[in-house]
Amino acid sequence: MRPVTEAELAEAVAGASGPLLVRGGGTRTLGHAVGEVLETGGLSGVELYEPGALTLVVRAGTPVAEVDAVLAGERQRLAFEVPDLRGLLGREGVSTIGGVLAANASGPRRVQVGAARDAALGVRFVDGSGAIVKNGGRVMKNVTGYDLVKLLAGSLGTLGVLSEVSFKVQALPEAEATLVVEGLDDAAGLATLRKALGSPFDVSGAARHSGRSLIRIEGMAGSVGYRVRALTTQIGGEVSVVEGEPSAALWRQVRDVAPFHGRPGDVWRIATLPTAAAEIAARLKGEAVWDWGGGLIWLLVDPGRGANVAAVVAGRGHATLVRGHGGPVFPAEAPEVAALVAGIKAKFDPRGILNAGMMG
Amino acid sequence: MDMPAPDQGVIARKSRIVARLRALMPADAVIDAAEELRVYECDALTAYRCPPLAAVLPRTTGEVSAVLRICWEEGVPVVPRGSGTSLAGGAMPTADSVILGVARMNAVIETDYDNRFIRVQSGRTNLSVSAAVEAEGFFYAPDPSSQLACAIAGNIAMNSGGAHCLKYGVTTNNLLGVTLVKMDGTVVTLGGPWGEPSGLDLLGVVCGSEGQLGVVTEAWLRILPKPEGARPVLVGFNSNEVAGACVADIIRAGILPVAIEFMDRPCIRATEAFAKAGYPDCEALLIIEVEGSEAEISEQLARIRQIALARDPVEFREAADEDQAKRIWLGRKSAFGAMGQINDYMCLDGTIPVSSLAHVLKRIGEMSREFGLDVGNVFHAGDGNMHPLILFDANKPGDLEKCEAFGAEILKLCVEVGGCLTGEHGVGIEKRDLMAVQFAPEDMEAQMRVKDVFDPRWLLNPAKVFPLGLSAERRAG
Repeated sequence: MRPVTEAELAEAVAGASGPLLVRGGGTRTLGHAVGEVLETGGLSGVELYEPGALTLVVRAGTPVAEVDAVLAGERQRLAFEVPDLRGLLGREGVSTIGGVLAANASGPRRVQVGAARDAALGVRFVDGSGAIVKNGGRVMKNVTGYDLVKLLAGSLGTLGVLSEVSFKVQALPEAEATLVVEGLDDAAGLATLRKALGSPFDVSGAARHSGRSLIRIEGMAGSVGYRVRALTTQIGGEVSVVEGEPSAALWRQVRDVAPFHGRPGDVWRIATLPTAAAEIAARLKGEAVWDWGGGLIWLLVDPGRGANVAAVVAGRGHATLVRGHGGPVFPAEAPEVAALVAGIKAKFDPRGILNAGMMG
Repeated sequence: MDMPAPDQGVIARKSRIVARLRALMPADAVIDAAEELRVYECDALTAYRCPPLAAVLPRTTGEVSAVLRICWEEGVPVVPRGSGTSLAGGAMPTADSVILGVARMNAVIETDYDNRFIRVQSGRTNLSVSAAVEAEGFFYAPDPSSQLACAIAGNIAMNSGGAHCLKYGVTTNNLLGVTLVKMDGTVVTLGGPWGEPSGLDLLGVVCGSEGQLGVVTEAWLRILPKPEGARPVLVGFNSNEVAGACVADIIRAGILPVAIEFMDRPCIRATEAFAKAGYPDCEALLIIEVEGSEAEISEQLARIRQIALARDPVEFREAADEDQAKRIWLGRKSAFGAMGQINDYMCLDGTIPVSSLAHVLKRIGEMSREFGLDVGNVFHAGDGNMHPLILFDANKPGDLEKCEAFGAEILKLCVEVGGCLTGEHGVGIEKRDLMAVQFAPEDMEAQMRVKDVFDPRWLLNPAKVFPLGLSAERRAG
C-alpha cells in the first residue's frame, strides 16, 4: 500500500486485516518485522519552510535528498547530519525524512547539536487504530502537553506511522576544518577526542578510525582559524589540518561508516561511555569506527562472533546488531522498562499490527 | 479555575495515612500540622492556594518508593514538588493529596568530566549543578530565570528552558537519564550517561510530563565546557516589526547568538523607572549575546552590527567591558521586578513563529485597550517564546478574572498564528482548560494513554495538564 494523503494513510491502517510492515525508503530498516508493506513515500513535499525562523515542516515520505536540496537553496541544513546507511547495509532505495526520525538516525554532529529527536519540533502520525494524532508543533520552545515527538522518534514505526514532521534547521557554517591526528594508539587517540570535547572550542565532530583521530570545527572563518590553532596547541603531536570540501568528505565517511562498506562480517552499533570505547572494541576483537568522541562504536566482527557483545557492554551502554545474523537485533530491556514499553505499544497499537516484532 | 472536589474518604483517613508514613520515615520527614502545611499550599502561581493533607520530605530513592507505595495502597493522590517555583500551578496540592517534596535530596552523586556528565539527586537546585562543576570549567546549560531556587526535579517535570536555550537547547536536550519512581513504588532507570536511547525513548516523554508519570529522584545531566567569554549588545528600534525583521536577518546570516532578548516600550519604560539601566526610549529593544574568545566575539559582533545598522536602529550599543555588559543585562533582568513595582502581574509564556512577532504584538496592544489592562512584553525573540506581563490589581474585585480572560485571548492568538500555549512554564492548572485550543480530543487522548501506562489509577498529580472534563473518568478510577 502506498497512500498519498494522510486520510488515505489513516484508512489503510484502520482497515488493515493483518500486520503491516511500515516503510519509508527501507534504507535503514532493522529487525524481523513482517507484514503487508505500507510505504510512506507517497506522502511527499514541503509544507512550510521559514528560513528566518529556522523551521521546516515536511511530509514524512519526502526523500532526504529533496529536503537537503531545499535547505541548501537557503544555505541551511538539518543539523544532526543524517547517516546514509545504504552502503553499510547493502540496500537500494530512497531514504525518507520520516524514516530518519522514526530511527532517530543521527550523525557525527550529535555531540554538538543533539540527535534527530532534538531537532524534531512536531509530528503528525496515524496510530495503530487509524486515529490521526498531532503533537508538538513548529516552534522551537513548546512544553504544551506531553512530548510524544520524542516518543515517536526512534520508535521505528511501532507506535504510529508518521505523516508529517517538523524540524529546527541550522544555517550552513561559513567554514569548516578538521584536525587529523596520527601516530597514536586507539586508547590515546580516543583520549584526544575526549580532551577536545572538554575544551571550550565547540567541537562539532570527534571520531576515529583507520588509526586516525578526527576533530571538526565549524563556524565563521576567523573563528574556525582561531579554534583550530588553539586545539592544535592543546593536543600536540602529529596534527594536520584539512579544510572545506575535503574535510566534509572525511565526515561523510564517518557518518556512513564507509570503512566497512563492501566488507564481510557482522556490524554492531554500540552506544557507550567514551572512556569505555577503546576497551570494549579491544575486548570484542573487532575493527572499530568510533564516533561521538567514543560514545558510539560501529564494530565489525567475524560473522556470528558477537555472542558476548551484550555481556561486554552491559552496565555501560547498549548494542544493536545492524548487520548480520543470529541472535536478537535489539538490546534487552530491564523487566520494569520492558513492562512500560509493552504497555505503551498496547495503547498506541492495540491490535499489535505496526512493525510487529521489530524491536523485540 | 476549578479543582475537583477532594475525596472525603481520604481526608477522613488522614490520621491512619500519616501514621503509616511516620512508621516508615524519619520523624522530621512527615509534616501534618496545619500551620506547617501552609508552606505547601501553593507554588509561584500564588493566586490559588489549598493546604495538602500532609507533606513528606524523603532523602533517598528508597524512601520515595516507600511513600508512593503507601499512598498507592491508600488511594491517596500525590503531588510531587521540587522547589515550588512553578508559575503554572504544577505543584499546587488538593486537600486530599500528599505533597512529596524532594528538596532534601540535593546531593551530587557523581561528576565525570571525561564523559561530560553529572549525576545528581533531583532536589538539587539548577544553579548549584553548574556551581558543582564550575571549578573544572564546565556548566549545566538550561538556565530558567528562577535558577537560584528551582530544582532539577521541577526542571525535568516542566522541561524548563531559559534565556540561553537558543544555542544550548532546553532541559530535554541536556538530560541523559533518570531514576524514576512510579506511583506504585516501582523504581525504573530510563536512559543513562551515554545519552543514546535504547528502544522507545521513554525518557523523552517523562521530561515535560509535569510530574504525572513518576517522581524523578536522580538524574544524569550533560555538562558543557564553559565558553571563553560572552558579550551582549543592545539595539533599539522604533518599530516592533523592524526589530523582528532584524532578528530574522541575524538568524538567516548563520550567526547563532546564545541569546536574543526582546523588550517592548511599556516594558522598557517600566524597567527604566525601576532599574535605571540607561535604555533608550524606543518601541523595541533587542539584547543579543554572543560567546567565544575575544577575537570570535568581535567577529560575530561586527557582523551583527552590520546587519542591525542596515535596519536603521535608534541605538546600537556594544559592551566595552564587564561593567557595561552588566548594565545592558540589568534592565532585562529587572523587568519582572519592575512590572511588579507597578502592580500585580500575570506572566504568560506562549510561543509564536518569529515571523508573526509584529502582528502578535500589535494585536496584544489592541486587546490591552479592549480589556483596559496594561501589558508589557519581554521575551526570548530568537525562539519566539513570549512573556507578556499583564498588570492587574489583585485587591480589586474582578480584576484577576479580567486578567485571566485577557491572558487566555493572548494564548489563543499564539496558537492561531501557529504557536503554542506554553514554551517553558508548563500547563499545570493555569493553562489546563485551554488545551483544547491547541489539541483535538484524539491528540490529548494519545497523551493521556501514556499516563494510563505509568499511573493507571491517575493518582500522581492528577487534575493538571488535561481539561478536567476530559480526564474525569480516568481520575474517578
